[in-house]
Amino acid sequence: MGFDQYHEPPEQLPEATRTFARLCASLTEEAEAIGWYEQRMAVEADEEARAIMHDAQGEEFKHFCMDLEFLLRRTPLWREIAEGILFQDGDIVEHGEEAEEEATEGAAERGAPLAGGESLGIGSLREVPR
Amino acid sequence: MSHLLREHAPVTTAGWELLDSEARERLSPALAARRLVDFSGPLGWEHSATNLGRVEDLSGAPGDGVEAKQRRVLALVELRVPFAISRAELEAGDRGAEDADLAPLDEAARRIAIAENAAVFHGWKAAGISGVLESSPYDAIELGEDCERYPRHVAKAVEALLDAGVAGPHGLALGSDVYARVLETSEHGGYPLLEHLREILSGPIVWAPGVEGAGVLSMRGGDFLFESGEDLSIGYSDHDAESVRLYLQESFSFRVATPEAAVALT
Repeated sequence: MGFDQYHEPPEQLPEATRTFARLCASLTEEAEAIGWYEQRMAVEADEEARAIMHDAQGEEFKHFCMDLEFLLRRTPLWREIAEGILFQDGDIVEHGEEAEEEATEGAAERGAPLAGGESLGIGSLREVPR
Repeated sequence: MSHLLREHAPVTTAGWELLDSEARERLSPALAARRLVDFSGPLGWEHSATNLGRVEDLSGAPGDGVEAKQRRVLALVELRVPFAISRAELEAGDRGAEDADLAPLDEAARRIAIAENAAVFHGWKAAGISGVLESSPYDAIELGEDCERYPRHVAKAVEALLDAGVAGPHGLALGSDVYARVLETSEHGGYPLLEHLREILSGPIVWAPGVEGAGVLSMRGGDFLFESGEDLSIGYSDHDAESVRLYLQESFSFRVATPEAAVALT
C-alpha cells in the first residue's frame, strides 16, 4: 500500500491533517472514477452493460459528495467559498472570484485561524459590522 | 509538529476535541474585549512585534555625516495559564462520559480571559500597553450605587463621544459587579434596566470580567486595535500516571489609536 496522499513526512503531520489528506485523496479517486465511467459508457454498445456502469457511476457521485461534505465541514473558509459558487445560476468564474474575495476578507476580519494552526479559532467576537 | 507539542500528549483525538470544545465554550462569553475592539490576525507564534510607524533618533551612527533612526515597535506579550487534567477524566470522556471533570481548564479559561480584558481596558504598563479606559481624556463618569441612574450616565457618555465627533455604534463594557447589579435591577414599573440601556446604545452590552467599573466606547473601527500573534491555544507541558499538564496560551499586542473614542464609568 502506498502513502502517496502525503506530500510531507506523515510522522510530522498532525492526525487531523493526515485524515484531511486521506479524504482529499479519496475525493480525487472518486472524481477519477466518475470520469472513467463516463468514458466507458460513451464507448459501450451493450445497453445492459451501460446500465450497470450508470448505476456504478451513481455510487461514485455519492462517495464524491460525502468526501466533499466532510472536507467542507472541516474547512470553514473552503465551505464559505463553496457556498458562493455551488448551486448558483449565472457566471461560474464571476461567482468564484466574488466568493473568494468575500470569504477571505471576512475570514481575516473575524480572525480566522491560520491554515494548519492548532489554535481554538476564537478570533474576533464582534457582532456589529464596522 | 508545532511548538504546542500536542502530539506528545497522552490525549486522544477525541480528548483534544473535548478539551478544545470546553475551552471555546468557557472563553467565548468572557472575552469581552474581542466583542468591542478591532481584532487583526492571528499572525502566528513567530510574530513578535506590531509596527507603530514611528522612529526615534539613534546616536553613534558608524560613519561621519550619517544620521540614524531606529524603528519603534510594540512587542507582543505572551499570556500562559498552566492547568492539569486528570487522565482518568480524559479516559471517561473517551468512553463517552458527558460529565468529565474539566474544572481546571475552566478556571484557566477564566483567568486568561480576565487578563486579556484587563490588559485591553486598564492597560499593562510593563508591557507598554495603554488601556481603553485609562487613555480616555474625559473625566470619568461616576456610576454610584443607584442603578436607576445608570441610563442617564450612559447617555451622558454617548453624548460626550458624539460631541467629540466620535460616531457609533457605541458599545458598553460592564465589569462583573456592575453587570450583576444591572441584571438584578428593574426600574419603576418593572422595566428591565438592561433593555433601557440597549435603547440608548447602538452597540452591544458586554459582560467584561476583569474590568473595574464600566466603559462606553465607539465601535466604528480604527480606534482600538488588538493584534493577535497566536490566538488562544491549548499546549502540552508534561504528564505523569495521574494527570496531564497543559496550558492555555496566546500572544497579542493592543494599541489605542483614538483615546477620545471611549469614556470611563467608575
